[in-house]
Amino acid sequence: MSNRLRALYLGLATATTMITPAFAVDLTVICRCVVGGVNSETATWIKDSVIPGFTAKMKAEGKDVTVSLNEFGGKDEQMTQQLALDFSTGAGADVAAFDGFLIPSFVEGGLLKPLDEVAGADVNSWEGWSHISEGAKSLMSYGGKAYGLALGTDVRAIFVRKELLKSAGLDPDAFQPKSWAELLDAARAIKKANPDSFPLQLNAGVNMGEATTMQGYYMAILGTGESVVDENGKYIVASQGILDTLNLYKTIYVDEQLGDQRAQLLGDGRNRTFTNFRDGKTALLVEGDWFFNSVMAPGAEFGLENRDAEVTWASMPAQEPGKGYRGQDYVTVSGGTGFVLNPATKNPAEAWALLSYMNSQESLTAFQGFREARRIRDDVATPNNVYLQKTQESLLPLTTARPNDPNYNKVSAEIQRMTESVVSGEASPADAMAAYKAAVIAIVGEANTVSKL
Amino acid sequence: MRLSFPQLLARIGFSALAAIIGILFALPLIWFIFAPFNARAELGIAIPDPWTLQNFLTVFGNGFAMRGLLNSLIQSVGGVILVAAAATLAAYALSRSSIPGKSIVTYVLLLFSSVVSGTAAMVPIFLIVSSVGLMDTHIAVILVFAGGLLPTAMFILRDFIDGIPKTYEESAMVAGASPVQAFFDVALPVIRPGIVVVVVWAFVNIWGSFLIPFILLRSDDLMPSSVAIYSFYSEAGTPIVTLLAAYSLIYSLPVVALYLFVSWKFGFRFFGGIKA
Amino acid sequence: MTKKRNFSLLSHRAGAAFLAPAAALVGVFVLLPFFWVIFVSFTNRTLLGKTALSPDFVGLQNYFQLFDPATFFTRGQFGFSLILTTQFVLLSALVGQALLGLLLAWLMQTIPPALKRIVETAVIAAWILPEVVIGFAWFAFLDYDNGTLNMILRGLGLPAGDFLLQQPFWVIVIFNTWRGAAFSMMLFNSAFASIPPSYFQAADVAGASSWQKFRDIGLPLIRGHVVTDLILITMWTFNVFTPFILTNGGPSYRTELLSIYNYRIAFREFDFGKGAAVGVIIMLINLIFALIYLSFGRKKAKAVEE
Repeated sequence: MSNRLRALYLGLATATTMITPAFAVDLTVICRCVVGGVNSETATWIKDSVIPGFTAKMKAEGKDVTVSLNEFGGKDEQMTQQLALDFSTGAGADVAAFDGFLIPSFVEGGLLKPLDEVAGADVNSWEGWSHISEGAKSLMSYGGKAYGLALGTDVRAIFVRKELLKSAGLDPDAFQPKSWAELLDAARAIKKANPDSFPLQLNAGVNMGEATTMQGYYMAILGTGESVVDENGKYIVASQGILDTLNLYKTIYVDEQLGDQRAQLLGDGRNRTFTNFRDGKTALLVEGDWFFNSVMAPGAEFGLENRDAEVTWASMPAQEPGKGYRGQDYVTVSGGTGFVLNPATKNPAEAWALLSYMNSQESLTAFQGFREARRIRDDVATPNNVYLQKTQESLLPLTTARPNDPNYNKVSAEIQRMTESVVSGEASPADAMAAYKAAVIAIVGEANTVSKL
Repeated sequence: MRLSFPQLLARIGFSALAAIIGILFALPLIWFIFAPFNARAELGIAIPDPWTLQNFLTVFGNGFAMRGLLNSLIQSVGGVILVAAAATLAAYALSRSSIPGKSIVTYVLLLFSSVVSGTAAMVPIFLIVSSVGLMDTHIAVILVFAGGLLPTAMFILRDFIDGIPKTYEESAMVAGASPVQAFFDVALPVIRPGIVVVVVWAFVNIWGSFLIPFILLRSDDLMPSSVAIYSFYSEAGTPIVTLLAAYSLIYSLPVVALYLFVSWKFGFRFFGGIKA
Repeated sequence: MTKKRNFSLLSHRAGAAFLAPAAALVGVFVLLPFFWVIFVSFTNRTLLGKTALSPDFVGLQNYFQLFDPATFFTRGQFGFSLILTTQFVLLSALVGQALLGLLLAWLMQTIPPALKRIVETAVIAAWILPEVVIGFAWFAFLDYDNGTLNMILRGLGLPAGDFLLQQPFWVIVIFNTWRGAAFSMMLFNSAFASIPPSYFQAADVAGASSWQKFRDIGLPLIRGHVVTDLILITMWTFNVFTPFILTNGGPSYRTELLSIYNYRIAFREFDFGKGAAVGVIIMLINLIFALIYLSFGRKKAKAVEE
C-alpha cells in the first residue's frame, strides 16, 4: 500500500471514529462459530454468557461497551486467511479466535503483538496469570511472550467401541495395549471377527490437515522415542523412528487393511472416520478430547446416545514399553486454541478487558456448561466427566507440544503428504521419507535439520 | 418438405442421440428434485416417504442464510448493471470508433483479466479495497466483480457488435441523428440480445462466486448465499444433507428464473464471432 | 479481410467518453492488480513469517524454482500441475466442451422443438447453477455407497466404481465438460442460426448428408465463432477452480490443477511471490493458446477465400 493511500485510509478511519461518541465503545469478537452450526457451543457461550456479563460489568464501571460476535462460518484455513489479511492492514475484529500453533508465523510476519504491548500494564496485573500454568500459557506464546489466552487444552488417546472388542473376545474394560504389536493384534482380532470392519483409525493424508499431524503422526512418532524436532529444535528428516512410523501406517492401511484407506484419501475423510466409529465399523480411533466431548456427545451429528456405556478409552502405547518419548510407556500430545488481541484494535484497554473477562473464573466456569473441556485455569473445575478426570491424571503429565516455530506449519503439511504417499500405497516408507527430507530441507534449510540414519 | 427415408432415419437417430445426451446431463441433478423434500439425509436417490416441507421451514428460519439471498441479489444486480452498462458503451466505442490500437485492446485485457481472476490477485484487490476504505461494503464487491468481468463482457459484446452492419446507424445519422442518438435509439435495440447474454453470464458468475465476497466482506449481514450456504455444514464440516439440499434449491431458483425469463422474453443468442 | 471504409461512427471524443467507465473499472481492478502480481512475482513476499515484513527482490528466483528440473515432475509441484492442467484443458475444454457443444448445436438444428427445449434446459442447467450447489450434487452423484451413478451401474449389473479415488482425473474432465458445454452449445447455436437457411436447402436439394452439410457449409461459416469459443473456454478452463469442491485437488495431488496449486501456494502456504509467478505463467500459456487459435482462424479464412 502506498503511503498516500495509507494516509487516505487513516484519514477515513479517523473520520469514522470521530463520529462515534467517545464514551461508547464498540468491540467485535470473531470466531469460527455459528449458533446452530460450527462450534455452536462457543457461539452460544459468547452470545448468552460472555457478552451480557461483560457489558454489565463494564456498565458497573461506568463504561458503555457494545460487543458484537462475528460468526465465521467458513473453514479453519479460510479464517486464517482472513485474519492474516485483516491484521496486515490494521483492520478486523478486536478479539479473534486463534489456533496456538499459528502464533509463531503470525508474529514473524508482524501480524501479532504481545498482549502487554497491545493493552499495556493492565495485562501484567491481571489476576488470572496466577491461575494459569506455564505450560498452558505457552500454548499461545512465542519467544516467552503471551500473544493470547488459550481457552483450554487437550490430550489425545485411543477411543474404543466396547462391543466390537467383545465381539473379538477382548475385555474392553481391561483393554490397554502396551505396545504397537498388542494394538495391531487387537485390531487383527477384531478384523477377523468382523471382516467388514476397519478396526483401527490413525489419521493420515493431506485432506485431514493438522488432524493428520496431531492425531496420527505425532501419536506414532512419539512412541518411537522421537518427535518431529530433536532436543535442539532441529527437524528430524531421516530416522528409524520415521521409518517405523511409516511402516505402522503401511501395516494398518496397505498390508493388512486394518484401517479405512479410502477415508484417509477422500476430501471428507475425517468425517468418514467419525461415521465409521459411530456406526460400529471402527473399534479403535486415535483422537483428541474434542472427539469425545463434542463429536460423540449424545445428540450430536456423530453422537452416540449411550456414549458413556458404549465407549471407553486407552492410552496410546509406545512402540515397545519404555521406548516412547522421554522413555515413557505411553504417549500423547496437546494443542490449544483461544483468542488473541488484534494489534491494531482501536480500543486496546476494552479489548483486553473483554479477553480477560472471557478467561475469568466466572466466565470459563460458565463455558463448562456449554462445552465440557480442560480449561486452563486451575480454579475452574474439571467437569463431572469421567473421561476428562481420568485422563487429567493419566495422560496430561505425559504430554508434549508441537514446536513453537514459524516454519512448523509448512513442515506439518509435508508430514501429511508423507503419510498420504504411504497409505495410498504409492511410495515405500523409505521413498516417502526421502521426499520428506528433501522438502523439509527446502523449507528450513539443511542446517536446521538432522538425519539420524 | 417431405423427408426421404434416410433423412427420416437420420432425424430419428439425431433425436435419440440428443435425448441420451440430455439424460446424461440431467442425471447428476435428479438428486436435487427429491432430497430437499426428504426428512432423512440420503446421498442416494430416494423418493421421499413421506414428502415433507420441514427442511424448507428450517432453512427459512436461518436468518443468516435468508439474508444471504438478499445480499446475493444486491451484489449480483449491482454488478450486472455496472458490467452491462460499461461493457456495452466500451464495446460499442471499440467497434465503431477509430481509436488507435482498439483491435488489440480486448485481447490484452482478456489476458490480463485471466491473471486477475486467479487467486493470486486476491491480495492486491484486498489491499486496494482496504486502502480506499471500502472493506465490508456491498459496493466493494460490486466494483471488483464489475472490473473483473468487464474484459470478457467487452470481448463478447464487441464480437457481437462487429457482426451488426453499420448501415443501421449510418442511415439514422444520414437522417440527422447525432452519434450518441444513433447509439441509444438505433444501435442499442439491435445490440440488446448481446447485452442479454452478458447479463445472464455476469449474473450467473456473481451469483455463484465465493472468493471475492469472502475476501472483501466481514459482517454476517452482508454475506451472500455462496458464503452463507456453509452455515448448513455441521461443526465437523460435513454437509447437513437435507438442509443443504433445500437451501441449494432455493439458492438456484433465481438463476433458473432469470434464464427462463430471458429466453422467453428475448431469446437467448449470441451473434458475431471473431472476424478472421 | 478487406476494410470497406475508414469512416467511423464515433468521434474520438465520444469514443473516449464511452470507454471511460470501463477504463476506470478495469484500470483499478484489473490493471493495478495485474501489475502488482507481475511485480510481486519477482519478490519473495509472503503473508506470514519473516518475509512478510521485509520481502526481498529475488529476480527470477520464483520462476527458476517453479521450473527446477529436480522437482518439476513430482506430484504436488508446479510441473506436474502444469502438465495435468494442459491435459485437462485439451480434454475437457477443447475435446469435451467445444466438440460436444458443436455436436449438440448441430443436433439442435434438426431435432423436434419440444425435445430441443428439454435437452437445452438440462445442458444449460449444468452451466447456470451455482458452483457450490453443483459441487455438492456431483459429490452425491459419485458417492461410492449410495451415489446415483453407482446405483445405476449396479442396476445394470455392472461393477460399482470408486471414481473419486480411482479415476479422479477423468472425473474432473467429465465434470468440467458437463459443466461448461452449454456455453459452446449456445454460441454455436447462434452461429448456425445466423447462416441463411437457403444454403442448407440448396444442399438438401443436392442430396447432401448431414455430415456433408456440416463439413462443407456449417463449419466453414462459423469459423469466427469457433475461435471466439476456443479463446474463452481455454482461458476459463485454465482458471477453473470448481473441481476443488469435488476432489480438494487430491487424492495425493492427482487433480491439483494450476488454479488449485496456485491457491495452495498463495493462500495456504501464503507464498505470494511464488503464487504470483504461477499466475504470470498461466497468462503466458493463455497467450500462446490464443495466438494459435487466431492464426489457425486466419489461415482457414484465407484457404476458404481462395
